[in-house]
Amino acid sequence: MSDQVEKRASGQRLRALIVDDEVAIRRFLRSALIAEAFDVEEASDIAGALGLAAASRFDLAVLDLGLPDGNGADLIGPMHAAGAPAVIVLSALDDEPRKVAALDAGADDFVSKPFGVAEFMARVRAALRHRVQMQGSPPIYDDGYLSVDLARRLVRVGGVDPRLTPREFGLLHELVLHEGKVLTHRHLLTKAWEGGEADVQALRVHIRHLRQKIEARPEQPSRVLTEPGIGYRFVRE
Amino acid sequence: MPESIERRPSPDALLQQAKAEARGKLKIYLGAAPGVGKTFEMLSDARKKRLEGAEIVAGVIETHGRSETAALLEGLEVLPKRQLGEPGRTVAEMDLDALLARKPEIALIDELAHTNAEGSRHPKRWMDVDELLAAGIDVWSTLNVQHIESLNDIVARITRVRVRETIPDAVLERADEIELIDLTPDELIDRLKQGKVYAPDQAQRALRHYFAPGNLSALRELAMRRAADTIDEQVRGHRKAQGEDAPWAAGERLLVCVDEREASAEVVRHAKRQADRSKAPWLAVHVETSRSARLTEIERMRLSETLRLAERLGAETATLPGDAVAETLLAYARDQNVTQIIVGKAKRSIVFEAVFGSVVRQLIDRSGSIPVEVIPESSERSAKALFPLSAAWPALTSRGVAEALAMTFVATLVAWPLDVWLGVSNLTLVYLASVLVSALTRGLWAGLITGIASALAFNWFYTEPRYTFTVADPDNVLAILAFSGAALIVSVLAGRARQQTLAARSEAKTSRELFGLSRQLTSARSEDEAAESLARYVARAFDVECVVLARVGFSELRLAGASADRIDLNDADMAAARWTAEKGEPTGRGADTLPGARWLFLPLRTSRLVAGVVGVARGSPLTPGERRRLAAMGDQTATALERAHVAQALEESRVETEAERLRGTMLASLSHDLRTPIAGILGAASSLRAYGDRHDPSTRDGLLASIEDEATRMQRYVEKLLDMTRLDAGSIEAHLEPLDPSDVLAAVASRARRIDEGRTIRLEVEPDLPMVRADAALLDQALFNLVENALAHVASGEIVIDASRSRGGVAFTVIDEGRGIAPGEEARIFERFARDASSGVSGTGLGLAIVKGFVSLMGAQVSARSRSDRSGAIFTIAFPAESLA
Repeated sequence: MSDQVEKRASGQRLRALIVDDEVAIRRFLRSALIAEAFDVEEASDIAGALGLAAASRFDLAVLDLGLPDGNGADLIGPMHAAGAPAVIVLSALDDEPRKVAALDAGADDFVSKPFGVAEFMARVRAALRHRVQMQGSPPIYDDGYLSVDLARRLVRVGGVDPRLTPREFGLLHELVLHEGKVLTHRHLLTKAWEGGEADVQALRVHIRHLRQKIEARPEQPSRVLTEPGIGYRFVRE
Repeated sequence: MPESIERRPSPDALLQQAKAEARGKLKIYLGAAPGVGKTFEMLSDARKKRLEGAEIVAGVIETHGRSETAALLEGLEVLPKRQLGEPGRTVAEMDLDALLARKPEIALIDELAHTNAEGSRHPKRWMDVDELLAAGIDVWSTLNVQHIESLNDIVARITRVRVRETIPDAVLERADEIELIDLTPDELIDRLKQGKVYAPDQAQRALRHYFAPGNLSALRELAMRRAADTIDEQVRGHRKAQGEDAPWAAGERLLVCVDEREASAEVVRHAKRQADRSKAPWLAVHVETSRSARLTEIERMRLSETLRLAERLGAETATLPGDAVAETLLAYARDQNVTQIIVGKAKRSIVFEAVFGSVVRQLIDRSGSIPVEVIPESSERSAKALFPLSAAWPALTSRGVAEALAMTFVATLVAWPLDVWLGVSNLTLVYLASVLVSALTRGLWAGLITGIASALAFNWFYTEPRYTFTVADPDNVLAILAFSGAALIVSVLAGRARQQTLAARSEAKTSRELFGLSRQLTSARSEDEAAESLARYVARAFDVECVVLARVGFSELRLAGASADRIDLNDADMAAARWTAEKGEPTGRGADTLPGARWLFLPLRTSRLVAGVVGVARGSPLTPGERRRLAAMGDQTATALERAHVAQALEESRVETEAERLRGTMLASLSHDLRTPIAGILGAASSLRAYGDRHDPSTRDGLLASIEDEATRMQRYVEKLLDMTRLDAGSIEAHLEPLDPSDVLAAVASRARRIDEGRTIRLEVEPDLPMVRADAALLDQALFNLVENALAHVASGEIVIDASRSRGGVAFTVIDEGRGIAPGEEARIFERFARDASSGVSGTGLGLAIVKGFVSLMGAQVSARSRSDRSGAIFTIAFPAESLA
């Protein structure tokens, strides 16, 4: 998958900004990103990050939510204004409300501390890939079992039409479009619902029906994954 | 539709109905006289009901040897009676507990007005019945009309037999059903003559007195009227519950005047009947004048007894202050829209009324539109009232007589030498003085005896012819008569004065006691302290054993205070105390319930609830006066108990909240301070593994260093957490030994220099410091934590560790050049997890809390303040002079 990153880079190196108050965290994030051929800048608080963001454009921002001078999520707005980088937030494992708030504010994904480099880089790639896809035409997804043509609104499961309801297709459309990215409940309800009643319970029911139609083993979903307390994520099988 | 709203059943009425539904139902077979067949009728009904399948148990049935009745008992389950009293003199009583345990649908209990033998739970059978009803058991019982309290006087007047066993009218009014067992007088007399009621000889006597035809007619009418009244009331209650308009005698209101005389009770009963007849609410009012202070103990008791009687009979009672009785009564009556005043009239002579005036006359004269009904009092009663001082007569003891005679002897001795100079008649003054002294110090009897003895002595020694009781000179006869009269008057006056003094003294004692108690109570901070105060106070004041039991939840009691370390309270006593707590009524010795017990329990009542129970035990029962004083102390304590209870609850919830907050911060600290280093370690390790050779050497080295640092950081945190936990668990013991302050400082400094990162740590030790008794490890850790804290807060500059003499002891100080301590935070920073949010320093928030814990274990103190000479903080660990070795 690094080829996609490479492709996007097309000669020029990607620039990453790391904002965290812990030296140890900054140190290993920097080591990993440099190894993946990023140019890396660091800040330990919001004030420092704002200074760097104003001075140059970044392709990726890694933001810790608990910064000494405020909530890292407050940086998402200004970062987008300064050049729309992919945003990954770092947070405590049990801090769902702040994660959801950050995602709703425009973050692409989150990683819960503690985490390993492999997990982190996977999220970074997904976020960057998503940025690329958003700029092209709606893709055609095909993993051999499930194929989705978003433009023609065609879905095949093992070569057969699973007969999705409009609402189920709406959900699948949104999930596939943001493949690899976590979508909050609120995001799905506003994007895939088109003015219907909005409640998480109803969403869960529709996701269950969707899984029964598109998953090989609906009781152990491998494509539509649940992020407890936050939302859903579509991953490539 | 406002109409439908108005006709909705009143909530109170429905509530009463609901209550009645949970309770058992009471059915009373009411008869005019013994022998009309109440028990017979009740048993017949029971047999019928049993055929319908009802579960019926006869709790107690008196057949009085009537064979017809006994025959009906056959086939009914009859509960065996309980034997009470000593062997040989046992009395059989209904077994209340067995009946409660048996819990039949319907219990048959004969003779509702029966008085239980001593040793029973309740003195009266109707109280037993009340408990059965409360337990949800239906009760059928029998009652004769002469046993109804409000009819007691009338029946006594009709039959000339006063029945002592009475039941409150309220019991009858609460009955769900009353069946009047009616028999014409002729039929009853027939039955009597046939020997169906009493044995023949008894029957003859009965026929002449109680069962005279005229009496029977009158009694029958009474019974019918009473039954009709009650039925009427029930209908009214029913209509109210159904939401129908209740016919209400518009605005009728009765007022009855109550005073201390015995006859007052009779007037109250009369008022009750009047009120019932006109279905009017009624008030019982006593006017307290300056004369009230002179009432004797017995009169006072009687007054409160009468007011209580009125309350029991359903009156609203009030005591009004005011010297002009009639004026006060009338003002109150007008204020309360009273439509009729009822007052008793004492038999007094015309002379008495001419001199002192008559309240009754004033009432009638000034009442205006309010009619006044005057009830003449029966002579038998007011005859007793003629001796208002009866209570002032203390019991006559042989010692009292001896002392009175001794007074006469002394008077004679004094008079003897004076005889030479003074006239004989003047010597009577000496004797008079001795009468006065005797009456004042020993009471009325002593005064009278001294008076008589003095008259005789005077006659013997000083009137001619001397040494005889003959009197020659008519002048001396006059002198002796005058003396006797004077002695009598002096004795009475002095006796009364003495009694007032005693009353005033006891009053003063009471208020002194109350004042003292209230002072102790205000300083009581907990329920137990208040309870303890009361127990000690009561024990001293009445010379009793005393316990105070505080209420826990609804039905449990906890021993909160006692007058002695060992108090003998058995299960039965505790049951009695619980009863008091639940019902809010006294139990035990001298009370209505369980009068045979050793302890007397009184409720500690506040306006809202029964806060607890006070129990007293003594060889002799408490006098009414003592009970009153005890009740007053109890009232005061109840309020204090309630206050303490509320304060305790508040404190508990505060502690709870504090613990909650601490748990919260603890969790936050754990998740942050443990997770952050783990995140660093995990990240660095995974980066090394994923990219290994793609990292340049310096990056690799940095990642490895980061793993080491974070692991060390985690280790330090875990150590602190463990220290804190050990402190909390109390498992740290300080091993105090003499330590050289300069050694201590040197060790701390060398340890601190390993983490000083280029900042200067300077030692200052005053020469010739004494040795300090401390725990080497604890003191080292405490000082190290202080230095560590200073290093965390200071980026550059010098840190001074100092040891010097201070206030007779030795003080260790850590001084930095940081920002100092925010004003007002000096104490708070030693609380756990109290981090300085503004400094941006990420400490554990435990270091200083541990310092405080360690230091206090060694008997020293830690404090913090800002430097006055420049910015910076000073932390001081001060060992007092006692710690010096």
